[in-house]
Amino acid sequence: MTFKQLLAATCVVALGAGAQADGVKVGMITTLSGGGAGLGIDVRDGFMLAVRGNDDIELVIEDDQRKPDIAVQLADKMIQSEKVDVMTGIIWSNLAMAVVPAATAQGKFYLSPNAGPSALAGKGCHENYFNVSWQNDAFSEAAGTALSGEAGKVFLMAPNYPAGQDIMAGFKRTYEGEIAAEVYTKLGQTDYAAEIAQMRASDADQIYFFLPGGMGISFMKQYAGSGVDKPVSGPAFSFDQGILGAIGDAAVGAKNTAHWSKDLDVPGNAEFVDAFQAEYGRLPSIYAAQGFDTGLLLASAVAKADVDDADAFRAALKEAEFQSVRGKFSFADNHHPVQDIYMREVIKEGDLVTNRIVGTAATDHSDPYGADCKL
Amino acid sequence: MTTLLLIEQVLNGLQSGIMLFLMAAGLTLIFGVMGLINLAHGSLYMIGAFAAAAVAAATGSFLLALIASLVAAAAAGVVIEVGVIRRLYDRDHLDQVLATFALILILSEGTRWLFGSFPLYLDVPAALAGPVTLPGGIAYPAYRLVIILVGLVLAVGLFLLIGRTRIGIQIRAGEADREMIAALGVNISRLYTLVFALGAALAGLAGALVGAIQSVQVGMGEPVLILAFVVIVIGGIGSIKGALVGALLVGLTDTLGGVLLPLALSGIMDASSATTVGSALASMLIYVLMAVVLIFRPTGLYGTA
Repeated sequence: MTFKQLLAATCVVALGAGAQADGVKVGMITTLSGGGAGLGIDVRDGFMLAVRGNDDIELVIEDDQRKPDIAVQLADKMIQSEKVDVMTGIIWSNLAMAVVPAATAQGKFYLSPNAGPSALAGKGCHENYFNVSWQNDAFSEAAGTALSGEAGKVFLMAPNYPAGQDIMAGFKRTYEGEIAAEVYTKLGQTDYAAEIAQMRASDADQIYFFLPGGMGISFMKQYAGSGVDKPVSGPAFSFDQGILGAIGDAAVGAKNTAHWSKDLDVPGNAEFVDAFQAEYGRLPSIYAAQGFDTGLLLASAVAKADVDDADAFRAALKEAEFQSVRGKFSFADNHHPVQDIYMREVIKEGDLVTNRIVGTAATDHSDPYGADCKL
Repeated sequence: MTTLLLIEQVLNGLQSGIMLFLMAAGLTLIFGVMGLINLAHGSLYMIGAFAAAAVAAATGSFLLALIASLVAAAAAGVVIEVGVIRRLYDRDHLDQVLATFALILILSEGTRWLFGSFPLYLDVPAALAGPVTLPGGIAYPAYRLVIILVGLVLAVGLFLLIGRTRIGIQIRAGEADREMIAALGVNISRLYTLVFALGAALAGLAGALVGAIQSVQVGMGEPVLILAFVVIVIGGIGSIKGALVGALLVGLTDTLGGVLLPLALSGIMDASSATTVGSALASMLIYVLMAVVLIFRPTGLYGTA
């Protein structure tokens, strides 16, 4: 723990050395250790790449270890003793629900680089909460639309927790076709032999699943070894760059939906991919792209308004005047993104397993919860 | 549900039980012989998987990877036993839990320093990829069958080691009365190191075997550790036979419960709530099993008071 604090302190010193008095102080709480650390590290690295050399932004980084209680403690510390102006970084919906409402109620701005629980998009929306990633349902709503009419009977599988149910609800909301079966697994489950046997026995034509991180790796490897040959698809979380290397060839051919891909042909994206690779020696993931966009959004607002003038700063954020690596990007009235969502396919480039875009799944997609938001 | 599907699910339950046995055997030996609660056992499982992934990536040989997992986990076990654990035998269980929990944190972050935060690639060998057709027309992954066989061979080997060899006699004697066997001239501290290394090697091998079909990542050992503790509580702490029976019970209950409960509930409620309630109940099932066993056999199935 002491080491982490030391590391955080070093980051503060390194990044804050040139900070001016009228700059903005940013508190980033993200997951840097434990099972889900890859996501937090990508968000952090993307964000730091975007604000590199910007003397107006002072950054404090802390590790929440994917634990809600620790995230809450860190948030209190950042608000009360560090006196940050803006907070960001949280990866998981349950941690966001523990931190965001309290932080925004105390007048802090929160920019979400990942996680979009429906509760914060509808009735619980807040003028100081900006989601720069997606609302949880978005990718699977787009997938439901895109797969309608061609996928036949679909076998749905997700972990039994709120985000898993949200994502399956998103798919069912837009999919016009039959659902063969719906299976909820334990969160953190590592063996999917029983579910794969059910898939083999069912009359489904296609598998649609949401299993983020290690769960997705386990499932895909076991599925490939089982000899079941029904096509698989899912939201991008199960097929992201950080885990494709661990799945290997077993993922090739899988379809997945995302708002970004490294081959997306929009201004600035190729430069982002090159710069990220040069800086960190690995390909960026969607999480890195979200972290990068969050950094760009913040920098655009800092250039326009003083954070002490909350109304002006909020208006500057709302304008979202930055060149997103996703191309078109704007905020709906509930401060959640309006963006295009693409269908990607896992391919092999030489020895590298990665994604390419094969089509657009949804244009100008925004979430259905905004209607309940009073902003 | 067809008979074929049921048989396939029973095989899945057996396979997960056998893997749990490899974890639980080491844990129960260490607790039985040394009276030590070792929370870091899951980290040894992780070390085995990471060593296997690194060697498989460097050499391309799965067999070498398995050997590496055994060697690395046993070596880590020896270092941990001599460096830390040895000082804890006379302390109470709370101190042991505290120290071995610290080891989990140290080993997890150490592994992250060495290998980074992203999951590693480790795949089943090409010869065992894909399914084989069993009598009756069941298509079952070849690799999982091999896991069942390897686990059974190791179980038999362990029973022979404990029941038929001189080392085994010393281990059993150490369980019964450690002062007495020390008085009889057995080098007790070497015996403890040996038992710890043996338990570590079994955990490391389990990590490597399972890592090939799951994900090799930091923190992979802790969920298995919890299940392994359930297994040794059900089987009776210190009993290898109890560990085997407990592991198979837990593996079968976990697998079959997840499949059969939603199916059984769909008779009395609508499909979507049957799925949700069924999966929720299924994840409690092994703990219910543990509670029931403890009500009737407070020391576990094969435990001695």
